[in-house]
Amino acid sequence: MKKVHVSTTINGDPYEFLCAPDESLLDVLRDRLGLTGSKEGCGTGDCGACSVTLNGRLVCSCLVLGAEAEGAEIATIEGMADGDDLHPLQQHFIDHAALQCGICTPGILVAARALLEKNPDPTDEELRYWLAGNLCRCTGYDKIIRAVQAAAAEMRGA
Amino acid sequence: MSLDEYTRREFKQVGTRVRRPDGVDKVTGRAMYGADATAPGMLVGRILRSPHAHARVKGIDTSAAEALKGVKAIITGADLPAQEDEFIRDVQDNCMARDKALYDGHAVAAVAATDAATAKAALKLIKVDYEVLPHVTDVDAAIQPGAPVVQSGRTLENVPAGMSENVTSHSEFGHGDPAEGFARADMILERSYRTAATHQGYIEPHACLASYASDGKADLWCCTQGQFNVRTLCAAIMEMEASQLRVTASEIGGGFGGKTTVFIEPVALALSRKAGRPVKIVMTRDEVFRATGPTVHTSTDVKIGMTKDGRITAAEATLRYSGGAFPCGTVDMGAQAAFAAYDLDHVRTYGWNVMTNRPKEAAYRAPGAPQSIYAVEATLDELCQHFGLDPLDVRLKNAAKKGTKSSYGPTFPDIGLTATLEAAKAHPHYSAPLKDGQGRGISCGFWFNFGGNTCVSLNVNTDGTVGITEGNPDIGGSRASISLMAAEELGIPYDRIRTIVADTSSLGYNDVTDGSRVTFAVGLATIKAARDAIGKMCGRAARIWGIDPEAVEWKDGATVPAGPNAGKFPPMTLAEIAAVSAETGGPIAGHHEVNADGAGVSFGVHIVDVEVDRDTGATKVLRYTVFQDAGKAVHPSYVEGQMQGGAVQGIGWALNEEYIYGKDGRLQNPGFLDYRVPVASDLPPIDAVILEIPNPGHPYGVRGVGETGIVPPLAAITNAVCRSAGVRLHELPMSPPRVLKALAG
Repeated sequence: MKKVHVSTTINGDPYEFLCAPDESLLDVLRDRLGLTGSKEGCGTGDCGACSVTLNGRLVCSCLVLGAEAEGAEIATIEGMADGDDLHPLQQHFIDHAALQCGICTPGILVAARALLEKNPDPTDEELRYWLAGNLCRCTGYDKIIRAVQAAAAEMRGA
Repeated sequence: MSLDEYTRREFKQVGTRVRRPDGVDKVTGRAMYGADATAPGMLVGRILRSPHAHARVKGIDTSAAEALKGVKAIITGADLPAQEDEFIRDVQDNCMARDKALYDGHAVAAVAATDAATAKAALKLIKVDYEVLPHVTDVDAAIQPGAPVVQSGRTLENVPAGMSENVTSHSEFGHGDPAEGFARADMILERSYRTAATHQGYIEPHACLASYASDGKADLWCCTQGQFNVRTLCAAIMEMEASQLRVTASEIGGGFGGKTTVFIEPVALALSRKAGRPVKIVMTRDEVFRATGPTVHTSTDVKIGMTKDGRITAAEATLRYSGGAFPCGTVDMGAQAAFAAYDLDHVRTYGWNVMTNRPKEAAYRAPGAPQSIYAVEATLDELCQHFGLDPLDVRLKNAAKKGTKSSYGPTFPDIGLTATLEAAKAHPHYSAPLKDGQGRGISCGFWFNFGGNTCVSLNVNTDGTVGITEGNPDIGGSRASISLMAAEELGIPYDRIRTIVADTSSLGYNDVTDGSRVTFAVGLATIKAARDAIGKMCGRAARIWGIDPEAVEWKDGATVPAGPNAGKFPPMTLAEIAAVSAETGGPIAGHHEVNADGAGVSFGVHIVDVEVDRDTGATKVLRYTVFQDAGKAVHPSYVEGQMQGGAVQGIGWALNEEYIYGKDGRLQNPGFLDYRVPVASDLPPIDAVILEIPNPGHPYGVRGVGETGIVPPLAAITNAVCRSAGVRLHELPMSPPRVLKALAG
C-alpha cells in the first residue's frame, strides 16, 4: 500500500512522516516518531491510555488515522512539562501518589488538562465523568481525583 | 534475639509520604514499559490462535505464509522440545499448543515478519487442520461424569474413582468434628454460590523483545512481575543454561498476579532463534483476554452452624474451582483461606480442582481467597439477619486472635483482626444514617502473605550516596519503600538513595513480585544489607581510629566510639567514611540473601453503602471504607493505594466483571467495552484506614498489604445489596440483569 506523506505539528514542533493509509496516529507516534509516552492499552478506544489532543480536542490516538494529522496541532504527554518544570497536574500526581504502575498516567494527565482548559473548577462528579474514558486498574481513582482537584486549585490561584 | 524479629522503635523516615523515585519518568512519558523497547533489525511477531474451544490439531500448513515476502520465521508447537517436567510442560503447552487446542484463543503458530502488516497477512495464510471436539466451559458441568474431557491422565491419586477425568485434585483442611459442632447450633445454614472468572485487567498488554544470538546467548526485555522466573521458564523451554539468558524487566503497567508467568516470551525467543534477528511481540487486548490468566471460576457450598447469640459452632465448605484447561492448585488456597478469620473448634474445607476449556488460570491478587471468603461472609451475614445480630459484633465474637489455631493449620502469632474490626465499629461510617432503599454491608478479608527468595545489594558510593540493587519489579511504589527503609537504617536522607530493579545477571534468584512480598521481604533484606554495610563502615572507622571494630557503633548515620572506654573520636559520617574508602580497604557494599519467612498475615474489614435501582437493576456504590492491618505502613500513600485499588477491583468483581462464554465455547467479551472494569464515574471516594499491628517477623513490623483488599468487597457488596433491595444473590457478578431477575423473584 502506498504511503501517505503527512506534515503536522506535535507539541509545537514541526514533524513530517510517511505512514500507511490505515495506520493509526498512535502507531505513528510510537513506532515512527519515537513518542512512546502515549500507551496502547486496547486499540479500540476503550481505555484512554493513548489520549492526545488534536487541534485542542481530546481524542484516543488509536482511533485517529496518522493521515488525519495533516496540518493539525497535536499535543502529547511529552509536551506537557515546560522543560524541567512539571505541569501542576504532573507535580500533583507525584505528590498525591496518584499513580501506581503509571501506564494510564500519560492518558489521564492529557485528559485532565483538556478538562481544566474548558472547566477550571470542576466538581468531583464532573471530573469523574470526564475521566470515565480513562481506565486505571491500580488506584481505584481516589488519589487521581484528589490530585487533579489539587492541581486545578493551584492553577486557579496562579 | 534474631534480627528478623520486630523491635519497637521511633521511625524518622519510615512512615513519611516521600516522592517516588520513578515519579517524574512516569508523569512525563519517559518511563520505558514492555512495548516501548526496540532493537536494530527488529522483527514483529504475531500469534495465530485457535477459534475453537477444543480441537485436535491434525496438521498445520505454513508453506503459503513462508512464501510471503518479509516473513522471516514461523514456529508451531513442533518447534519446541517435548518437556518431561509436568509443570514446565503445562507452561510451554499454554504458550503454544502441541496436539490439541484447549481453549478459544490458545496459540497454535507464530510468525515473525519485517512489519506488523506482513505478520498479520502471514497469519491468514497459515492453514490449520482442526478436528473440533466437544467442549465444556462451566465448572459444574465439567465435574459431571460424562463431561467432555479436557485432558486425560492428569488426575491425582487422591481423587476417588468414578469422577470425571476433569477433576484433577482434592484437598482437605481443618480440625475438630463438624458434626459435633453442628449439633450445638441453634441454626444451621447451607448455601451455594458461584463466581465468574475475572481478569486482572492490567492496562498494559503483555509485551516482550527477544534477541537470540547465533552464539547461543539471548537477551529478553519484557513486562513481568518476575524476571528470574521468566528466565527459569524460558531457559527450560529453550533448553538454555540460565547464565546464557539475561532477562530485564521493563517498567510494568500493572500485573496483579497475571504477569507472574510467561505467555509470549518463549515464543519470541524461539522466533528470534529461527530468524536470527530480534523479535518483538505485543499482545492485543483481545489476546490478553482470550489467552492470559483469568481467575478461577467457582462453585461453592457453605454450611455454618451458629448459636442464637452469634457464636459459630461449626463450619464446612466444599469448593469447586476451575483454573481452565490445566491442573491448578488455587483451590487449595481458597480452602485454606475460607475460615481463616475465625476462631473455630470445628471446621473443615474440601477443595476440588476441575479442568474446563478455558485459558490457564494465572494468579490474581489473593488467588483463591476472594471466592471462598465471599461464600463464607455472605452466609454469615444471612445468619446475622436471621438472629437479628450486628454483623461486626458477630465477627468480633468469633475473630481469630493470637494463639488461635487457624482453620488451615498454623497457630496465629500477633494478628490485627480484632483491632481492625473494632476500628470499623468505631468509625463514623458504621453509624452514619442510611436513607430508604440504601443498604450497608460488611465483610472480613484475609491473605496469608509470602516472603520467599530475596537477594539485595547495597552499594555505598564514594560521594556518600547509596545505590540499592534489588530484583523485584516495582508495580506500586516499592522502590520508594525500599529506599525509605534503607534511609531509616543507615540514618541518611531518603533522596541520597536510589533503588533500581536489576536484570537476572546482576543478583541471585529473586522470587516473583507476588504474595504481597516485596515491601516485607525485599525490605527485610535491604535492612539487613544496610546492617552489613554498617558493620563494614564501623570496621573502616575502627581502622582509621586504631581501635577494635567492636568498639565502634553506628548512630544517626555516623560511626561513634562505643562508650567512654573506646576512646574519644569525633563521629565519622557515612559520607566521610565513603570518601576515604579507597585508602581503608576499597569499595563498601552490603549484601543480604534470604529465603524469608514470617511474612505475617493481613486482615481487613470493609464497610460499603449501596443503593439498588429497582428499575434497572444497577447498583450504585455510595460510600466505601477500607480498614486493613499493614503492620507498619512504610509509605502510607502507597499502602492506601493498595487498599483502594484492591477494593475497586473487588467492586468490579462483585458488580460487573465476568468472562462470558457462548454455547460455542468462545469468549464473548474479550475487550474493555464488554468486559467492564470500574471507571471513575462508577465510584465514590474510597476511604482507607490503616491499622498498624506490628508483624513479629519483620524488623520494622511490616506486613504485606497488596492482596487482602480485593477479598472483602465481594461479600460486603452482596450483603449491602441484600439490605438495600431485600433480595440475596448467590452468584457474582451482581450485574443489572441478574439483580432484576432476583427482584422479579
